Amino acid sequence: MNQKIFNIFILLLFVLGIALTLVRNSIAQTPLLEGETQDVWFIEARIDFVASNEPVNVNFNVPKNPPGFELIKEQSSSPGYGFNYVTPNNNKRAQWTKRNANGMQTLYYRVQLKPTSYDSFYEVPVIEPVNKPLIPWKGSQAVAAQSIIEEATQKSSDEISLTNELVSLLNQQENQNINLLLSSSKKTALLQQFLTYLNVPNRLSYGLFLEDSRRNQKLKPFIEVFSEKKGWQLYSAKSGHIEDISSVLLWSQNSDVVLDVIGGNESSVKFSMLKRTVPAIKLQETQENSLFELFSVHNLPVEEQNMFKMMLLLPAGALVVVFMRIIVGLKTSGTFMPVLIALAFIQTSFLPGLISFVSIVIIGLLLRSYLSHLNLLMVSRISAIIIIVIFIIGMLSIIGYHLGFNTGMTVTFFPIIIIAWTIERMSILWEEEGAVEVLIQGGGSLIVATLTYIVMQWSFLGHLTFNFPEINLSIIALILLLGRYSGYRLSELYRFRNMDFK
Amino acid sequence: MINFGIHRLLRQKGILGMNQRNTDYIGRFNNRKYYPIVDDKLKTKQRATQFHIPTPTLITSLSTQHEIKYPQKWIEEYKAFAIKPSKGSGGKGILVITEHDGEIFKKPSGQTLTLFEIQHHLSNILAGLHSLSGNLDTAIIEELIYMDEIFEGYSHEGIPDIRIIVFQGYPVMAMVRLSTHSSDGKANLHQGALGVGVNIATGQCIDAIYDNERVTHHPDTHKKLSDLQLKNWNELLRLASGCYEMSNLGYIGVDLVLDKFKGPMLLELNARPGLSIQVANKAGLIPRLQQVEAFKHTHPMLETVEQRVKRAQEWFI
Repeated sequence: MNQKIFNIFILLLFVLGIALTLVRNSIAQTPLLEGETQDVWFIEARIDFVASNEPVNVNFNVPKNPPGFELIKEQSSSPGYGFNYVTPNNNKRAQWTKRNANGMQTLYYRVQLKPTSYDSFYEVPVIEPVNKPLIPWKGSQAVAAQSIIEEATQKSSDEISLTNELVSLLNQQENQNINLLLSSSKKTALLQQFLTYLNVPNRLSYGLFLEDSRRNQKLKPFIEVFSEKKGWQLYSAKSGHIEDISSVLLWSQNSDVVLDVIGGNESSVKFSMLKRTVPAIKLQETQENSLFELFSVHNLPVEEQNMFKMMLLLPAGALVVVFMRIIVGLKTSGTFMPVLIALAFIQTSFLPGLISFVSIVIIGLLLRSYLSHLNLLMVSRISAIIIIVIFIIGMLSIIGYHLGFNTGMTVTFFPIIIIAWTIERMSILWEEEGAVEVLIQGGGSLIVATLTYIVMQWSFLGHLTFNFPEINLSIIALILLLGRYSGYRLSELYRFRNMDFK
Repeated sequence: MINFGIHRLLRQKGILGMNQRNTDYIGRFNNRKYYPIVDDKLKTKQRATQFHIPTPTLITSLSTQHEIKYPQKWIEEYKAFAIKPSKGSGGKGILVITEHDGEIFKKPSGQTLTLFEIQHHLSNILAGLHSLSGNLDTAIIEELIYMDEIFEGYSHEGIPDIRIIVFQGYPVMAMVRLSTHSSDGKANLHQGALGVGVNIATGQCIDAIYDNERVTHHPDTHKKLSDLQLKNWNELLRLASGCYEMSNLGYIGVDLVLDKFKGPMLLELNARPGLSIQVANKAGLIPRLQQVEAFKHTHPMLETVEQRVKRAQEWFI
């Protein structure tokens, strides 16, 4: 009887998950497949400052008509503050005001943007291109600047090639003239000085490099150069001409200060971004009218959404582990270790992650075998291993950096304490059960982690779990169902293979 | 590599798999609140004493790091002893000393250890290195067990132990675990020990499993395994069967030893006994477990130890 109720419960749970998904699909128009969709960027700016117990006035530049994007929706959240938009000099600024505030203050400004096809002649209200010739250099710097200008001018024919030439000169690390000039100003500022001096119409803009699920990003300076033939062109003083303008969101395209806080200090602004795929139809509708939207992850701040995106993938990863252990019977070291390794792989990308993990554990095991000769108390031994792991990770990052793989750096995402414990357990396993058992359990963990990684990287699944969190009810149902499986594991068919039944 | 035809064969023979063991037997018959008695050897010992079940004599137990540092009375008093973690499993962390002069300690293999190394081993045990959950542990120091003559030539450097699966008080399957050269004196099958099936009715050994292969002779001494007949077999069965009342657990593995001088004794209990015993016995557990369940269904009253042993011997020839 008990069993029967349990089975019905599982069935209900499974059906409920699927049904809610289908209902959301039909009511909220969220598509089940990724196909019929439109990418939308959710960008959130978070302004922090310390108010000093007086009237507060915060002015913040916000995008108006960013080239390559269409503004769909914008909103601000700022309890207790008056909010409105002001448009000085044809710019757009968000303005928060309050009679009196004290202590830490946080203001949010959110915007949704749709990438559009753009004209290379993208036209934005042109603030007078800075045109007055300036000679900001003196003495030896003037000589250095002069020689650079001559070199760049000689090698170029128009505004565009001149700018290209200047950027490549600016990035010559060996060039003494450049180094002399860079000692007193930054690359972007220097580039602008050159362009202005050479009468090339230009302006300084601030923008963000768009990358899914990034947090704590800062605005980067860009130079826009106007050419008669090609219109406005976007440049970064570090990487030169940016052709794919859809990878950069120009947040502020005028020379105003981006953030201006009166009545507070220690102000900072940080950006989070998230790419979401939504159906094209839905973009035309207002979005907060259904019950589903009310209970949707999408209403959370972008920063939290990024976290949820990862969290909602975990149940699927757990399902893989449960399956591999109960049905297949693979041995792993620690129950959910493989999920953690898989999470780390997602952050480092697979092959570098795998190589770093294996090498960290192997180096750690070697050092740990030395430690075991020292006859230390266990707690201090494990603590020593944690520190050793940190050193190994640091070392691998540095080596990786010098070899030109910046992937080495991301190894730091690996949960250090978990690696240290793995090394300790593997080492004891080695002493007590031999190297074979270490290979069996370590290999098992890596196989399961790899499968978990593949499943969690499956973009369809990511789309499904993020847009339809209720599908996880069905996943729980499957996990519970597997918990009742009492048949043989695949590994047992192998284990009992030699039993003769005569 | 995996032969799926074997699936049907395993079902036919009633081989118990890991999943079924966990859901249908451990899950149904072992109440977790009774686990501490089984998982903590010190508690097992205390409880066994209450139920008049003999266990190896406890010399002392240590639970704080500073107890390790001071001159140990027990070291002077006892020439041979075994050190065990109280919450250890699978034979991990067991150190046997056969003789010593207070500074140099000798293991059964002839290898020697210094007092410092013994203290370090004790310290590791207390820190929880071998305990199931990694929690702080207690070290148990017991009198050494002396091997009974019947095992002469069957065991390499270690004392054989007798594992009996007891289901609801009825002994259902048994095996003897003999250490081999490759198991380094350890009696765990996956560490290379020899598992010899035992006829429940008679205590007569049948042939065995070694390194997952069937063998008829001991790999080191080449003695014929079916010549091994356990001594005091009924007493061993009674001991095992009595562990049901003592532990309150419906499905347990009881590990017993035969001491040369003191006879059968309880070594430890296991609430999650392994499945290799089936291979050693060439038989599946399921039919036997079902027979006990069917009987309990018609006879719900708890029988005495004597009655249970007698019935098991009739059923499982």
